[in-house]
Amino acid sequence: MDFLRDQLDKLEHQFEKGGKYEALFPLFEAPDTILYTPRTVTKAASHVRDKLDQKRMMITVVAALLPICLFACWNTGYQAALAIGQGAAPLHSWQAWLYEAMGMGYDASNPVTCAIFGALFFLPVWLTVGLIGGHVEAAFSVIRKHEITEGFLVTWFLFALSLPPTIPLWMVGVGIAVGVLLGKEVFGGVGMNVMNPALVSRAFLFFAYPAAMSGDAVWVAAENTDAFTGATWLAVAADANQGMEALNASGHLLKDSFLGAIPGSMGETSTLLCLVGATILIVTKIGSWRTMAGVTIGTAIMAWTLNGIGSDTNPMFAMGPEWHMVLGGWAFGMVFMATDPVSSAFTDTGKWIYGFFIGVFVVLVRVVNPGYPEGMMLAILFMNMFAPLIDHFVVQANVKRRQERYAAGLPEGQSAEAKEAH
Amino acid sequence: MFEHYLSLLVKATFIENMALAFFLGMCSFLAVSQKVKTAIGLGAAVVFVLTVTCPLNAALYHYVLKEGALIEGVDLSFLNFLTFIGTIAAAVQVVEMALEKFAPALHAALGVFLPLIAVNCAILGASLFMVDRDYYVVDSLFFGFGSGLGFALAIAALAAIREKMRYSDVPPALRGLGITFIVTGLMAIGFMMFGGISL
Repeated sequence: MDFLRDQLDKLEHQFEKGGKYEALFPLFEAPDTILYTPRTVTKAASHVRDKLDQKRMMITVVAALLPICLFACWNTGYQAALAIGQGAAPLHSWQAWLYEAMGMGYDASNPVTCAIFGALFFLPVWLTVGLIGGHVEAAFSVIRKHEITEGFLVTWFLFALSLPPTIPLWMVGVGIAVGVLLGKEVFGGVGMNVMNPALVSRAFLFFAYPAAMSGDAVWVAAENTDAFTGATWLAVAADANQGMEALNASGHLLKDSFLGAIPGSMGETSTLLCLVGATILIVTKIGSWRTMAGVTIGTAIMAWTLNGIGSDTNPMFAMGPEWHMVLGGWAFGMVFMATDPVSSAFTDTGKWIYGFFIGVFVVLVRVVNPGYPEGMMLAILFMNMFAPLIDHFVVQANVKRRQERYAAGLPEGQSAEAKEAH
Repeated sequence: MFEHYLSLLVKATFIENMALAFFLGMCSFLAVSQKVKTAIGLGAAVVFVLTVTCPLNAALYHYVLKEGALIEGVDLSFLNFLTFIGTIAAAVQVVEMALEKFAPALHAALGVFLPLIAVNCAILGASLFMVDRDYYVVDSLFFGFGSGLGFALAIAALAAIREKMRYSDVPPALRGLGITFIVTGLMAIGFMMFGGISL
């Protein structure tokens, strides 16, 4: 390790002020501080003695996402092998060609070959996001002289995991460029944006190229045939001819969906692993449990309300909250996207309200909007927009309460006796 | 009946949001969204004006201007624009006088944009949508109120975002209106959540 440190120290003077590569300082600073601790120390009063800076915070989120990445590789391959076993045709793509050239077959019971096949889909997407998005980020860092931060790492992982396996790579590149550029960099970089850049990327792709981001054909890395359609379970439940009965009758179990062996976006399927991530984020106090609790309560109340109203034509009305919580991107969005500290509400009360409305809107979109079977991404994006307003009202209410308390002559935390003692 | 009015209200507020789905009333939307307090003031004024003018214009249209409404065979609908704008200007005048008397601070903060509500396209737009979609008087009451509410919600959210963005480091070339346009676009993507809902 000392060798690496020495090498970095040797290079450093060239990137510092007056050095040969002064303009490219962010490119040196980024690997240096990923490998070692940042060297900035507080010089004036109020010394922060916490090791948890933004870099460590973001890396923890990435750590919580790693099991999901591995699972995404396996599940993508597993779903494809399962589909081919049920009568789907292998995909006409370079991934399938390469996989077959390596002499492996589509066997759903072999986790290793499943993971290899899935990795052939996940890794290129992941690399494209990192390459294109990283370059946009680096270009802005160099020109605007701010640091390349781990905030992009989180965007990178989240966006790659939220995509369907069959998405064309050029779309991935366009999406992440738009997200990093319009979602983050035009506001000045990490911590200054209004909406979650990963969600901006995904929403942009969703509306710009709906054929590649929704429907029955994109969620499984195999070709649909008459014998097989790769619809997500949410789409099955929303279909007027199938509905909840079909979902229950066709052997689709709550348990499978909870564990995550179902078709969907690559990283969103496993509720269990998302809950593991949630535990990590809550224990390290990086993700807000208030936001997550708010989403859960909002979803439950809204789902029960719609169950109570009922509908003859729309089977989604019958879907209970337990299904809403294991299907689609609910868990993934709640744990990793709704809790984004930058774009969510900032105040504690605000987080409850913000989370609650995400829960309400996700159920509303899934049930009432026939255009979109899934609504988690849109619900979070919508509430990102209102988070500052919620904060504004919470802060105003606090100010008002304190003013009244002062007007009553009792300063905060001081009892009547303590005041007399003065 | 109740359900019909409720769906009309929800539709006007969210699905067909004046500011973020139709992009109407952009001038005041972009100009008066610096501070939440002022934005809510303007939003409230727009809600009031829309709730008053929309049913009033609907009554005028259906009982006077529409073809065959007054006298069989006479079509006065060429007077639509003139009449609608007249009603709107009168309503705005009432709001302005009331604000000047009871909320002088807000009146000063809104400045020229208060009288300009009279020519705010969201407000004339609502009356024209009313004609287009054949809303009757009670329908247009709910439609007008919902449209106003949607506009107020959107402008309040934008103002809160812009207040938060004081801490942002926007590239100099984009500061001011440029970044506001980008934020408006992102907000419109958010509002597309409701696109496709048919009530």
